[in-house]
Amino acid sequence: MINHKIMDYSSKHSKLLQFIFLLVVFLLLCQFITPSENNFLWRFPSLIAGLPYLINDSAEYLMFDWWPIEVYDPEIEEFEEKPLIQQVTRAISASILFIIGLIREIILGGVKTIVIFTSWDFVSENKWARWPALPWTVVASGAILLGYKLQGKGLAMLAGFSTIYIAVFGQWEPSMQTLSLVLFAAPVSFILGLSLGIWAYKNRKVELTLNPFLNVMQIVPQFSYLVPVMVFFGIGDHAGAIATIIFATPPMVRLTVLGLKRVSPEVLEAGMMSGCSNFQLMYKVLIPTARRDILIGVNQVIMQCLAMAVIASFIGAKGLGFNLLLSLNGLRIGQAIEQGICIVLIAVVLDRMSLAWANKQTDYFADLTFFKRHKYSLIFLAIVVAGIALSYIGTFFFRENFNYLYIVPHNKGISISDTLQEGVDWIWDTFFFTLKGFNIFLIQQILMPMKAAYLSMPVVATLSLTMGVGYIIGGIRSAVIVGGFILFIALTEWWDRALITMYLMSFAVIVSSIIGVTVGTLCAQNSYTSKFILLVCDTFQTFPSFIYLIPVIMLFGVTDTSVLIAVIVYATVPATRYTVVGLRSVPPDLHDAGSMSGVNRMQRWIKIELPMSFPHMALGVNQTVVFALSMIIIGAMIGTDDLGQFILKALSDKIGIGNGLTLGLCVAFIGLAADQVIRTWANERKKILDIS
Amino acid sequence: MSSLAEATQTKQSVIQCDSVYKIFGENAKKMLQSANGNVDAKSFQEAGCIVGVNNASFEVQEGDLLVVMGLSGSGKSTLLRCISRLTDATAGNIFIDGEDLLAMSNKKLIELRRNKMGMVFQSFALLPHKTVLENIAFPLQVKGSSTGDSIKRAKDMVDLVGLDGRENYFPRELSGGQQQRVGIARSLAVEPDIWFLDEPFSALDPLIRKEMQDEFLRLQGVLNKTILFVTHDFDEALRLADRIAIMKEGIIEQLDTPANIVLNPATEYVRKFTEDVPREKVLKIESVMDPIDSSEELSDLQVSKDAIIETVAEVVLNQQKPVAVTDSNNKVVGVVHRSHVIKVLFGSRGPLK
Ligand SMILES: Nc1ncnc2c1ncn2[C@@H]1O[C@H](COP(=O)(O)OP(=O)(O)OP(=O)(O)O)[C@@H](O)[C@H]1O
Ligand SMILES: [Mg+2]
Repeated sequence: MINHKIMDYSSKHSKLLQFIFLLVVFLLLCQFITPSENNFLWRFPSLIAGLPYLINDSAEYLMFDWWPIEVYDPEIEEFEEKPLIQQVTRAISASILFIIGLIREIILGGVKTIVIFTSWDFVSENKWARWPALPWTVVASGAILLGYKLQGKGLAMLAGFSTIYIAVFGQWEPSMQTLSLVLFAAPVSFILGLSLGIWAYKNRKVELTLNPFLNVMQIVPQFSYLVPVMVFFGIGDHAGAIATIIFATPPMVRLTVLGLKRVSPEVLEAGMMSGCSNFQLMYKVLIPTARRDILIGVNQVIMQCLAMAVIASFIGAKGLGFNLLLSLNGLRIGQAIEQGICIVLIAVVLDRMSLAWANKQTDYFADLTFFKRHKYSLIFLAIVVAGIALSYIGTFFFRENFNYLYIVPHNKGISISDTLQEGVDWIWDTFFFTLKGFNIFLIQQILMPMKAAYLSMPVVATLSLTMGVGYIIGGIRSAVIVGGFILFIALTEWWDRALITMYLMSFAVIVSSIIGVTVGTLCAQNSYTSKFILLVCDTFQTFPSFIYLIPVIMLFGVTDTSVLIAVIVYATVPATRYTVVGLRSVPPDLHDAGSMSGVNRMQRWIKIELPMSFPHMALGVNQTVVFALSMIIIGAMIGTDDLGQFILKALSDKIGIGNGLTLGLCVAFIGLAADQVIRTWANERKKILDIS
Repeated sequence: MSSLAEATQTKQSVIQCDSVYKIFGENAKKMLQSANGNVDAKSFQEAGCIVGVNNASFEVQEGDLLVVMGLSGSGKSTLLRCISRLTDATAGNIFIDGEDLLAMSNKKLIELRRNKMGMVFQSFALLPHKTVLENIAFPLQVKGSSTGDSIKRAKDMVDLVGLDGRENYFPRELSGGQQQRVGIARSLAVEPDIWFLDEPFSALDPLIRKEMQDEFLRLQGVLNKTILFVTHDFDEALRLADRIAIMKEGIIEQLDTPANIVLNPATEYVRKFTEDVPREKVLKIESVMDPIDSSEELSDLQVSKDAIIETVAEVVLNQQKPVAVTDSNNKVVGVVHRSHVIKVLFGSRGPLK
């Protein structure tokens, strides 16, 4: 029975033959097509090289010419013709800047938001007209209280440790700047994602239209989002916030639709029979019932927001990301580590808090007195008062200097960056030859030949290989889809760059998959190690991808090796996770069936568990591809010569929008082509194995 | 159409279905029109349409309990969902208290559901994020009752279904039987006139099912609602039904009293369906009663002519002499001989007398 399910020998062998045939064709093509600029079989002419210009022109037209409207200009006291889009984006930018500014000033103090309602003169004449900062002690105690309320002592301690670390190390200001960006972007993404999700749920057409966008948006590298945002909204915190929102919304949409669809039809009907109106049905039945998935979406939104808020520093978002960028550029690794830890701590705290919130159940009927019901608000009020009092007392202590009980100014806290830097230097000095040896070995013996091999593939050979794999696995449909993606890239002027990206990606994916499957398999052997490794994966996944660059630069300097190692570490996480989950979800009665027919552990693993969990592992590999691609592009920061480097260049280009978007699509299409093949294969296997 | 309207005026039934069809599929309407009412499940299926309900016509009077039976996939739920308009019938007319259900506006429909209809689901369908009390109060709150009132009413319902002490539990903390009690309480909270129950007890184990059926009968004794009850358990149907409708592939094969269905099956399918039903569970004493013969000596015992044979068989068999049968006015209308009862209990399936 099991054997019959798992292997279908005849079809397996015919597929093997097909693969061998394909490989032969591929090698022959490689052999007989001569590398020459004029040989179309070697490299396609870049027929769509004009696409970026087209995009540029359209963007420019939209921005500066399309749909002029009359706008009153108070300075020249006259109406003036201005393009609609520009006015709209300006208005949006201004309002976003105001909100972010407001959040920032509530935490850090300031006068800008007051100025909006009064005037500069008023503010400069009245020294008191300044919004005071919330003392850091208040924010820290508030975080502790929130952690306690949501989950208990553990989370409270984590929150306390993190906030105090941030304050003591003088990273308060940039951290709060980053946080304020997240506090603005996350709710907006949430509302946007929820609304789109509801719309897609209600209207099948909307869902079908939205789906391809969501698919592409998930793989388009973060940098690519920055370019168009920069063109339409300029540079600054608002642009960062907009990029962040665009980046963080898709998962929310997905999870909303998923959650709503999972509500059982009978619950829906029960709501209808209770006489719910459409509105009540959505807000009282569907959304609360889908609450779990939706709140996981919220968690995703927060994590994506934080990751993007760091990257958004490229287009002028202030905060930790910006400082980190500076440190990395200046190779001040010690400082970078300190800042990196701040980001990680914020990420972990936000992650845990939002998850705890998602899992929290309210007790509506507990008979509470006023004080009990408002216990936490009251305590917080007390904290605010105490914190302010404390910072007031602080003015007497720190007469001459900064009032550390009020706010620890940027870079005026304790710093161990020098020590860290010494440590880094020590590692360099001590292991220099080992590391360098490894580095050189890797580059010369493996990476360079591999890269050269990729670059020496004629485009026709690559195309037939990928399409052939698509055909063997998913039939003509997959072949056409994969072929379309690859052809698009081949017709741009960046085919060689794309080949380099593919080489980096395949190297990283292979290594990550091997590590992930091995580690995953070992850990899946019992439930404790499984839980442990899943926790580790969770934690690693909360780190914004940027962070992974710090330790690798520290060890390997600015080389391809650094990028690859960061990519491998980052991409191993999903491979491991899916392996563990896949192996753990093999139904126990299959184990028993195996034991009954007298197989030993090893046989069981090879004959039963592995094939059964293959589809799941394949999806892990799929994720690995996505993760690897995103990290490779980010790796462009420390120097690679693939597509990412060009995207980065587009960022500093005045008319980079066309290039940025086209390059982003190229990267996305590499991912989507891999996705198509892997997913089709996994679904096919699942059908054969009869698992859902 | 006009004759229909007259009919509904003279004797208004609570539920009235006239040639109701429900066909799933893209071009169901067109197919139905061209078929001109003669729907054949097979040929429809080949054309990509699934027949849910096929030409259902019947009426249910106030206080009546109609049980709908049939194999899985025979269209029982679909019929129920048409009458509650959870799904729109493809063709036909449905009248609730004389009002045309299919012509109702959305607003009217919501009113109807808020005030007249209650439904119990096979899989309970409780709201997972609400407690027992909140679940039961939900229809009331949706209606716009104040929190105080609805909670008070919900509390009464909790007592009615015997769940007191568990008001603040969440559905996941309850057993299946308890969850279904919540479902029942919720459907009764708005005091509906019409009560739909779609296999309410089939997810429960036999012991609890029996208990819930008793509970249900007790409730119906008190509330006396018009009920549409779906089940595929014949024993359950026999315990509860005033009338039984048997469905096959969307067609109502027969709609009659339990006794008639067992004794005079209208089609071969119904005969097969009822073949194994123990008759003593269906038949009333009336059906084995003989006319009074003054020469006969009767025992002291008297039984009602409406008693189900099974329930009185033991005492009748324990008598040496024939037993007198009385009507509802306690007037003796006949006698029952032990031999007839024995024939019902153990005899062949031939004619009774
Ligand atoms: N939404 C739907 N779309 C298409 N076909 C449906 C739909 N709902 C029900 N059907 C089909 O209509 C037929 C009748 O289904 P219905 O649910 O009414 O059966 P049932 O008698 O209630 O069965 P069960 O005892 O299993 O609940 C079945 O063939 C079913 O596949
Ligand atoms: Mg059903």
